[in-house]
Amino acid sequence: MDLFQYDFMQRALLGALVIGLTAPALGIYLVQRRLALIGDGIGHVALTGVGAGLLLNRSPVLVAVVAAILGAVTIELVRARGRTSGDLALALLFYGGIAGGVMLVGLSDASSANLNAYLFGSLTTTSPADLTTIAVLGATIAVLMLALRPALFAVCHDEEYARVAGLPVRALNLLLAVATAVTVTIAMRAVGVLLISALMVVPVATAQQVTRGFRSTMTAAMALGLFAAGAGVWVAATADTAPGASVVLLAIGSFLVVALAAAGWRVLRRRATPAVATTPEPHEVVLR
Amino acid sequence: MTTPVIQVGHASVGYDGRPVLRDVSLTVTAGEVVAVLGANGSGKSTLIRAVLGLVPLGTGTVTLFGVPQRRFRQWHRIGYVPQRLGAGSGVPATVREVVASGRLARRGVLRPPGRADRTAVEAALRAVGLADRARDPVATLSGGQQQRTLIARALAGEPELLVLDEPTAGVDAASQEAFAGALHEFVGTGGTVLLVAHELGPLRPLISRAVVVHQGGVCHDGAVPEPAGHHAEPDHDHVHPHGPEEPAGLWSS
Repeated sequence: MDLFQYDFMQRALLGALVIGLTAPALGIYLVQRRLALIGDGIGHVALTGVGAGLLLNRSPVLVAVVAAILGAVTIELVRARGRTSGDLALALLFYGGIAGGVMLVGLSDASSANLNAYLFGSLTTTSPADLTTIAVLGATIAVLMLALRPALFAVCHDEEYARVAGLPVRALNLLLAVATAVTVTIAMRAVGVLLISALMVVPVATAQQVTRGFRSTMTAAMALGLFAAGAGVWVAATADTAPGASVVLLAIGSFLVVALAAAGWRVLRRRATPAVATTPEPHEVVLR
Repeated sequence: MTTPVIQVGHASVGYDGRPVLRDVSLTVTAGEVVAVLGANGSGKSTLIRAVLGLVPLGTGTVTLFGVPQRRFRQWHRIGYVPQRLGAGSGVPATVREVVASGRLARRGVLRPPGRADRTAVEAALRAVGLADRARDPVATLSGGQQQRTLIARALAGEPELLVLDEPTAGVDAASQEAFAGALHEFVGTGGTVLLVAHELGPLRPLISRAVVVHQGGVCHDGAVPEPAGHHAEPDHDHVHPHGPEEPAGLWSS
């Protein structure tokens, strides 16, 4: 616990908590739309931005935000057009993104350790300025996702209905795309490009094992994200493990525990109420 | 003479260059209950989707409440009931949450729900007989109850016009009756209805006019046609293999 006396550990913890709260608040809409892995794809695109930033000696995170937003908006436009080739277009964007990132980082003077920091996260190097960026952007996204929940729920649940209801469907979809891009880039510091989707998706998957409604799923997922982020950083500090991986493994561990408990509870409940089922049906014929 | 609620003038619609509707005209006035009938693939669903702006018009005009559809913004006056709830979303949602979406057209995106919204949602749930299922996840409901949820969602917005796409297709008898009751109530308060149907069932007494679509054109506009042949037998079970789905949807080709 002594480690948390240091400023850099406190910043790491705070940054992780903000991301743990924000990522599931956004991720629930992606899961609802069955785009659970989109965060991964946008992370790949963001990596090209990181590479370009390192090469041009600009802030890698800022260039990554721009690249991720461009990528996310492109994906949204492809999706909205509903072309059957959308699948392939997404694949091109994803692999182009990661290949471009690796190539640009290689061209710059940055070391491979530098690339690793973005691929797998590097929470303990969070600067005060980084923390401010993470906190402001993360809080903005969390507030938007909560405040616009009825409209975003309607759009993700039944897009045609939302259009007939006169909702600004295109604007809401673009908002989701941009929010995904921003969340990916701020989470890049914490868990790394390769593990971002986990924080967006796994808490939601865990929550919906036991919840019945959308609002309760969102609340539970945000609480689970907060728990995984906080406990993950604590484990990383005490056991000297990689923070990003610790956070994600804790989230997946929670999923396994909750899923098994929910399954066990269902079995128990079925066994507890067989009284009705065992009542014999009246005979249809009587054999003498 | 009041302004027609829906006016379709010489509309043509095509998917990928293949014509689906040709030169269709249709007028629906306030208080009417109009059924669009036709075989699978006749273009009847496309007709109402074109009315709502879900498929683009090739040629012709559509006006809603006297306003050209492209400039129409008072969407809270229309309640739309799609054929079924999409493929089912990944995240659970309660019946009440889905029905509450129906208030958005009236409330707007930014305003949080208030007392009027909650009252309207409760009333809509009661109207379709699902008040006791409000807290259950939609996915645990039967097909007919899910259909009733969608109707409640449309009713919750307190629309003047209901547009329904095959509301009774594949719906159990109890749900059909509950649905007919809700529709009867809606019509009793002066509502206008445009519905697409394959068969009318318990809705038949409510229908004031029938429009029959055949091969992309209107071939009958007037009284509800009498069933003929074996369709007219009282115990005729209306089951037959369904034709190919009409092209639609964002993700299908």
